[in-house]
Order: sequence, then C-alpha cells, then structure tokens
Amino acid sequence: MSETLPAEGLLGWSWLLIALPLAGAAVLLLGGRRTDRWGHLLGTATVVASFVVGLLCTFQLAGLDEKSVSVDLFTFISSGDLDIRAGLLYDPLSAAFVLLITGVGSLIHIYSIGYMAHDDGRRRFFAYLNLFVAAMLLLVLGNSFVALYVGWEGVGLASYLLIAFWYTRPAAATAAKKAFIMNRVGDVGLALAIFLMFAQLGTTDYAGVFGEIGTVAGGTVTAIGLLLLLGACGKSGQFPLQAWLPDAMEGPTPVSALIHAATMVTAGVYLIARCSPIYDETPTARTVVLAVGALTLLIGAIAGCAYDDIKKVLAYSTVSQIGYMFLAVGLGPAGYVAGLAHLYAHGFFKAGLFLGAGSVMHAMNDQVDMRRYGGLWKKMPITFATFGLGYLALIGIWPLAGAFTKDAIIEAALDRHDTFGYLLAGIAVLGAGLTAFYMTRLMLMTFFGRPRWEDGVHPHESPVVMTLPMIVLAVGSVASGFLLVSAFPLSDWMAPVFGEPEEAAHVIAPATVLLIVTVVSLLGIALAWLFVGRREIPVTAPVRVSPVTRAARNALYADTVNESLFMRPGQWLTRALVFVDNRGVDGAVNGLAATLGGSSSRLGRAQTGFVRSYALGMLGGAVLVAGALLAVTAG
Amino acid sequence: MTDFPFLLLMIAVPAIGAAVVAALPKGRDLLAKQVSLGISLVVLLLAVLATAAFDVGGDRFQLGMAVPWIPDFGVQFALGVDGIALVMLLLIGVLVPVVVGASWRDELPGGRSMTAYFAWLLLLEAFMVGVFAATDVFLFYVFFEAMLVPMYFIIGSFGGPRRQYAAVKFFLYSLVGGLIMLAAVIGLYVVSNSQLGEGTFAFDALRGLEIDPGVQKLLFLGFFIAFAIKAPLVPFHTWLPDSGSEAPIGGAVLLVGVLDKVGTFGFLRYCLPLFPDASRYFAPFVLVLAVAGILYAALLAMGQSDMKRLVAYTSISHFGFIALGIFAFTTEAGTGAVLYMVNHGIATGLLFLVVGMLIARGGSRQIGDYGGVAAKAPLLAGAFLLAGLASLALPGTNSFVSEFLVLIGSFPTRPVFTILATAGIILAALYILLMYQRTMHGPARGVLLADDVEPPAPAGHGATATLTAPKRSLRVLDLDRRELAIVAPLVALIIVLGVYPQPLLNLIEPAVAATMSDLGGSD
Repeated sequence: MSETLPAEGLLGWSWLLIALPLAGAAVLLLGGRRTDRWGHLLGTATVVASFVVGLLCTFQLAGLDEKSVSVDLFTFISSGDLDIRAGLLYDPLSAAFVLLITGVGSLIHIYSIGYMAHDDGRRRFFAYLNLFVAAMLLLVLGNSFVALYVGWEGVGLASYLLIAFWYTRPAAATAAKKAFIMNRVGDVGLALAIFLMFAQLGTTDYAGVFGEIGTVAGGTVTAIGLLLLLGACGKSGQFPLQAWLPDAMEGPTPVSALIHAATMVTAGVYLIARCSPIYDETPTARTVVLAVGALTLLIGAIAGCAYDDIKKVLAYSTVSQIGYMFLAVGLGPAGYVAGLAHLYAHGFFKAGLFLGAGSVMHAMNDQVDMRRYGGLWKKMPITFATFGLGYLALIGIWPLAGAFTKDAIIEAALDRHDTFGYLLAGIAVLGAGLTAFYMTRLMLMTFFGRPRWEDGVHPHESPVVMTLPMIVLAVGSVASGFLLVSAFPLSDWMAPVFGEPEEAAHVIAPATVLLIVTVVSLLGIALAWLFVGRREIPVTAPVRVSPVTRAARNALYADTVNESLFMRPGQWLTRALVFVDNRGVDGAVNGLAATLGGSSSRLGRAQTGFVRSYALGMLGGAVLVAGALLAVTAG
Repeated sequence: MTDFPFLLLMIAVPAIGAAVVAALPKGRDLLAKQVSLGISLVVLLLAVLATAAFDVGGDRFQLGMAVPWIPDFGVQFALGVDGIALVMLLLIGVLVPVVVGASWRDELPGGRSMTAYFAWLLLLEAFMVGVFAATDVFLFYVFFEAMLVPMYFIIGSFGGPRRQYAAVKFFLYSLVGGLIMLAAVIGLYVVSNSQLGEGTFAFDALRGLEIDPGVQKLLFLGFFIAFAIKAPLVPFHTWLPDSGSEAPIGGAVLLVGVLDKVGTFGFLRYCLPLFPDASRYFAPFVLVLAVAGILYAALLAMGQSDMKRLVAYTSISHFGFIALGIFAFTTEAGTGAVLYMVNHGIATGLLFLVVGMLIARGGSRQIGDYGGVAAKAPLLAGAFLLAGLASLALPGTNSFVSEFLVLIGSFPTRPVFTILATAGIILAALYILLMYQRTMHGPARGVLLADDVEPPAPAGHGATATLTAPKRSLRVLDLDRRELAIVAPLVALIIVLGVYPQPLLNLIEPAVAATMSDLGGSD
C-alpha cells in the first residue's frame, strides 16, 4: 500500500461526486409533482456531472506520485475509544469504480429517459436511481469500514425501492423485501467484522486496520475474512445468499442493468479486493472465497440454462459471472486484477445485454417469455447488433472482452500449480461451456427462428435515446478486454494498491487456454443449436422433462431450501411465541397477581372503580405534597 | 444565566398550564388545544435554552437548585441535570408539541369535550420533566409514581375499546414496581443514616456510600425490578402491548417515547452508580434478559396483526438494545444506549404517529384491512417507510448511530451477547418490511378501497371505539398540512441526527463516562 496524503485541488472536492446525485434525489423526492416535467433531466444531469468530476479527479490522481489521497470531512461518531471520521479515499481502486458507476450510470440514466417515458412514476424512478448512485459512490469512496457500511446498506435501500418500483404488483413487493432481508443477513456478517476489528485494533478506518492487521492472531483474521465474505455474498448474490438476485428482476430493466448487473452486485468483489491486506493474511478465508465463487458460477450457469424468462437468464448469468470474479479475487495477489478486469468488462457487456433485453421488452409489450419472441433480428437491427456483441463478449469469443478477462482468471487459477487450482480452472472452463449454451439458447429463442409473438404485438426498434447507450456499451463490450488486459493493463493502474504485477510461470500457455476455452464454448453453442435452434420452439414450456431440467428450472431448489429451513419454521415459531406470550407469560403474571391478590378475576374484569379511586388518591396526595412544598418554600 | 431556574420552570409551566386547561369551560376545545400547544412550545424553548446554558466540560450536574422539603428526613426538592437527563428533556420538549398537534382532530363520540385530555398531557409533561431532573432520590420516586396518574387517565378515558383493561394493567404493573422501589429507597435512607450520621436522599451523597455487597444486591433488585417493568424488559413486558395499542396515539407516543425511558434512565442513573458491585454481579442476568428480549419481542412483532401492538413489540425489542448498551459497562455502549433512548423516541414516535394517521383514515388497527395505500397516499407511505427504516436502524437515519454504538461498544466486553443481538437486525428488517408491504404495497385493497364511503363503524376488537375516525371524504387520503407539520420536524431530526449526531454525543458522553467511573473503572 502506498502512503495516503491529504487531497489537494480538485480531489479535495471529490465529495461532490456523492453530493450531486444525493442533491438530485433530495430535490426530486421533496419537490414532488412540481418536478415531474424536468425531474428526469435533472436526475440525468447530476450523474453526468458526477462522471465529469470523476474523470477530472482521476486525471489528477494519475499525475500524482503517491496515488492515494484522502479527504477528511467531519466527525461522524466519536465516543470513548471510538473515533469515526467521515472521509473519502481516492486511490486507483476507488477511481476505477467511480468511473464505472458514473459512466455506466450516466448511460443508463439516459436510456431510462426513453424507457420510462410513459411511466407515471418517472420522477420517482430517477430520484431512487440518483439515490443509488450516491450510496454506491459512498460505498467505494469511503475511507473506513463504517463509511463503506453506510453506503452498503444505502445501496440496499435503493435496490429495495427500485425492485419494488411497481409496488402494486405483489411479486415486485415480495421480491424487494426478499432482497433486503437476504442482504441484511450478509450485513450482519459485515457488521460483526467491523466490531471485531474495533475490538482488536481500536479503529475502523482502512489505514488503521490494514496497517495493523498483521498484529492480529491468525484465527481472528480468518474470522474477519469469513464475516466480510458473508457480507460480500449477500450483496453479490453468491451462494448461499444467491436466491434474491433473480427475483430482483421484478424491477424496471434499467435497474437490472445498473444495480443488479454492473455495479451494486459487484460490491462484494470490491469489498474483497479492498480488503486484500486482510485476505493476504488468511489463506483459509481465501479458500472459502474460492469455493463460494466456483460453486456459485456453476449454480448460476446451470440455472441459466433452464429459464424461459429473458431477464432471469441474464440474472443467473450475473450470479455466475460474479462467481468468476469471486474465484479470481479468492486467488489472492495473482487474481485481484483479473477479477476486477472481468468486473469492468462484465459491467459493459451485461449492462448492454440488459438494456438490449429492455429494448426487446419495450417492443414486445413487456413480454419477458422468450418462447413468445423469435425472429426479432429483422425488426430490431440495432438492438440485435449490440446485443449480439454483448453475447459474444460474454461467452468469450476472441477478441471481445470476455475472452481476455475470463481467460486471465483461468490462467491465474492454473498458476496456483496445485490440484485445487486445476480443479478451479476446470470448473471455470466448464462454466464457460455452460455460458455459451445458455446464451446461445437465449439468442436463438429471441432473435432467430419463426416469430411466436402474441396477437397485437408489433415489434419496432427503440428510440435513439435508448439505442445510443446500447451502442456505447457494445463498443465497451468489444474493446474493454483488450484494453484492460493487453493495451493499457489494469494491473499497472492498480499497482499502487495490489503491488507490481509478477510474470507468473505458466503451466499452460495463454494461447492454449484460449484455444481450450474457445473449443468448449463452441461445443456449448453447438449443443444449444442441437437442442433449441434446429427445431420449432413450443410456446409453452414442456412439462415432462428430466429431473436435471426440473432441478435447473428450480435454480437447484435454493428457494425450497430457504423456505423449508428458515421461512416456515420461522413462521411456526412466531405463531407459537405469540400464543405463548398471550397465554403463557401474560397469563402467568396475571395468575400470579391473582393468586397474590386472592381474586382470580381482578384484572380480567377490570374493577376500575378500585384503581380509579386509587389513581385519584395518588393525584390528591401529589397535590398535597406540592402544596406542602410550596408552603415550605414560601415559609 | 445558569442561575436561571430552567428546570423549575419546565415543571411549573406545564403544571400551571394543565390547571388552566382543566379549568376551561367545557366545549372550549380549540382554546384548550391552542393553550396546550403554546405551553408545550414554551417548554421546548426552555429545553433548548437550558441546553445552551449547559457547560459540556463543566460539573456533572448543572442548572441545579435545592430547597429543603421534608427536613426531618433530609428530603430536598433538588433539581439538576447531567448530559443524559438533558437530552431526555430535549426529547420531551420536541415530542409534546408534536403530540398535541397530532391530537388536534381527535374526537370523542357524541362530541364530548377533549379539554381533559390536553390537561392530562400537560400534567404528564410536568411530571416527566421532574423525573429526569430530580437529583433527590425521594423526589425522583414521587415523580416516578406521579407520572402514572395522568397516563392512567389518558389510556383509561381516551383509549381504544379495551382501554379499561389496558389502563388497569398498566397501573397495577407500575404500582407493584413502584412499591418495590419505595422499599429500596427507604433502605438507601437507612444505610445513609448509619454511614453518614444523618439520613439523606441526595444523589451525590448516596453515591459516596460504601454499601455492603449483600445489601447492595437487595437494594439493586428493588430499583431494578421497578425499572425493568417500566422499560420494560422481558418477561415484565406484557402490559406494554396492551397499553401501547389501547392508548390514544398521542399517549402511546409519550408512553413508549419517554415514559418507558425512565426505566433505562434509572438503570444508568441509579442502579450502576449506587450499587456498582451488585450491578456487576447481576450484569450477566440482565444481559440475558436484554438479548432474549431483543429476539423474542422481534419475533412477536412479526406475528402481530394489529399495527399498534406490532409497534409496541418493536419497542420492547429496542429496549433490549438499550439495556445491552447499559450493562455492557463501556463508555461507547453506554453513550450509544442514551442516544438510543432519544432516537427511539423520535423514530418510534414517528412510526406511531404515522400508524395513527393511517388508522384515522381506515378506522381499523388490523394490518389485513389495508393494502396498496402507497398508490393513494404517497406522502403517508413515504413517512411510514422513513419511520420504519429508522426503526430498523438503516444507516443515514438517527437510529443507526445509536444501535451501532451500542453494538460496537458492547462487543469487546460481551461478544456472545452482541453477536446474538446483532442477529436481531435481520428480524427488525422483517417486521418492518412485512408490515410496510402488507399495508402500503400490492393492489389497493381493504377499508380504503372504496373512495368515498364513510369510515366503517367502529366495531369489535381492533377498532378504535372512543376516538372515531374523522368523517371527511376519503378522497383526500394523503397527509394534509397539519399532518405534514407534525411529521416534518421528526423526519428532519431523523436525517440530521443520522448524519451529524456528534453534538448530542458530546452532551451525553461525559455523563456516561462519569457513570462508568462510579462503577469502578471496569471500562
């Protein structure tokens, strides 16, 4: 870690990054209907302004010798030994996230102007979206774990509000609540990690914790690492807390693109990368991160193969791709940058894919069932082209983004030079095949084949305010991998955070890895063609399917497990306790009172005459006392 | 300036105001409301000025006065505040005008006069100020018991259908606790008499006593049981859901927001400094009650179908956090606990008020009678959500700061209890969001569905019988200006104290640190 210096110049104003969208949200929420006409423009302007500030700050940072500056703002909470100051940390890691959040955020705000044009709640939508951007920027810019936690739960609130945006739909309301609750489970882990840091080190800011973590006992560091991981799993939809993310697709599609694909759900990856000084000390916790990532990437990919809802397929794809990122950062120093590069590339292509899906839904009267699509490439050429590029980038066809960033993760796993590393690489390659399968299935069902549209649907290309952001993101999907891995390596930019990149001794040459992954991906494409492409797709899903398909359709029974392990026992327990409290505890106390009082019905029949006179008697006494007091004072 | 009798005035002004309002001729309801609002705003002003006059770095107790009262027993009418009591006075100052405003449209069947209600409110305010400002233990006891009377009548005369049952239950529970405390107060006097040569009830003198550990335990229990009933801690809690749900909304806000805090205030002011050995001895038992209460009451809140009962149970859960913070014996956690008392009064006060506004529209307390309200009343829904988020301690709201301080401060000394308590934040999210979803989200449904029908006639369990819903067109569903004026200050406080709590912490911390050093430096 390089030394952190106080910010000067524009960087001293980097709090504006957060303040601008926050002010936007406040104006739109407090302004009410008066701001309906221009609210979406203000909401977009604040995020674009933040992006500009972020660019300027990052340029200034690039010119500094010590690429880490802090902005001290004010005392947030100070009591006893605890001293939490509100402050920001601008370093290469936070700068990268700032640009991703405000850049992709700007594009999605612009897209939403068109997408939400006919929605009565458009102003409210932009207010929540601005709130999200502010909270997310606080999450990545905060210089302490408490600031991170405030942003962490802040994005959870924004996510809740946006999933429930169409709250009259019960499914949306339930999905929002589920997302918040499952996130809170993770938040408990994050909170306990912070408590443990304070108990051990007396501080919660990054500089203090990372500087002293070496003095903490190994078991405690592992505990901190695992608790942080629990928080990361909740936010990033990783096993065992993955079930909320697909349901979150109930929110408007721009939300799915920004929050549930490009930025918020990658916060877990940010957390682990930010805490690299902690994870460097605990191989045990890193191993668990690896296991979580590998398991989740498979779960997501398998479930993605079976769904017919276009957004759910993309959502499980996100779960799976974040699994790759977890796998990467779990590898330690060799993998941090690979994970972040994939995060960046994923931010482009998955946001682009979601915006494309939104464009399709826009054209199909909000239909999400791919069995009701088909043959759309002719009707929506721009959507098809940009979506297609995102598709190629996601499944990792050279030279698009995924080919560089996904292969870098596989190489990093192989570079462990042990059985576990080979196993992880194998899982990642298998996942690549599955990814190619489910994404090809999605492409075939949506854009190719015979139209299976419902009556009265007349697909059309979306307006330019929507297609323009899709085009920009498609360019990112094509170029970001090459740029970040080869042309201007992210590892150089991140060197002040994670150290200089080392040239590892490869077991298998990168070209060979590329070849293997490409072959496996082509296999996945071919299988998808065999199963989906060459025959007519029924408009209703077949019922008689193999147990494997049934399990995949149920996302490997994650909801079933949650319901039977937590929800139903919880409801049963709650009902039992309500009964106990009404009959048992209250009854026991009443009974005791009755026994002592000698009458079993004193409370039940409420002999108010008795109590009332007692109360009045007390009041009389009090008046007498007051009178006595006055007499004494006067005397 | 510091010789100015702020505290005496803060008791006298509302007490005299109560007498004036009570003396108003029947039917002058509007005048009664105006006088009450004016008086309560004067008390708020006094509280703010008292805070300005308070020297943070100065003596432990300030703005004090002492007049001999019953010289034969060394009883004094002694007032004074430390930072802890001062922030509670500020809370009272804020909540009472809000409650008066919130009760503005309450009506009794048959147009009976409401003047008595406002008189009791002002009398209650006087006694609440007294209980926090007393520095003589006997005087504290007098105010502690006296508070019961106005609250008894507020619940019993102006509450819901089961108000009689609830009021009696409230009274008996409190009375039992009070009598046990009276025995302990007398015990303290006896000890002081034997040690100092003359008996006293002055807090500062009692703090210097060296009480035999066995005696300490008995006296501790005397105070503790009274405070645990008042707070209330599980298993002394069963009176609160009844009182909280049957009381009129204004009464419920003051009951849960301020009155119950006397219990947790008592732990800090009396149990810890006067009986340090016993406090340490009993701390594990108290912590078990506190943490069990956090989880148990949260689960019960999830199971409630009556909104007011639900909010009452959430408060019991929150009181568990406060007790945890106090009995963790660290400055951080204790400071957090005191801030929690203030923040809970604001956040749960707002939650009760908004629930009351919803009930006033639908005439039912049952969650199941509502649905999809957000579409028709976005401001009401927004205030409801914000109050709920503060209740589940979302960062950015005031409650986060206090809950975080309690937990992070308790963790170093009591990790196991803290971990269990932290799990409670999941349950908090559940009980709030379940209620919010069922009432505000989904398709429009239930008693507010029909646009222009009269509110359903109050009938049976769950309906408010005494205070009827205002008979105006339900087309006007969202908050009106009066309601916005009530909600706005609390919303502002939730946000401001959530972002910049340090001024309050600066007031509270020295007093908590002094309490912890009374305890014998186990910090």
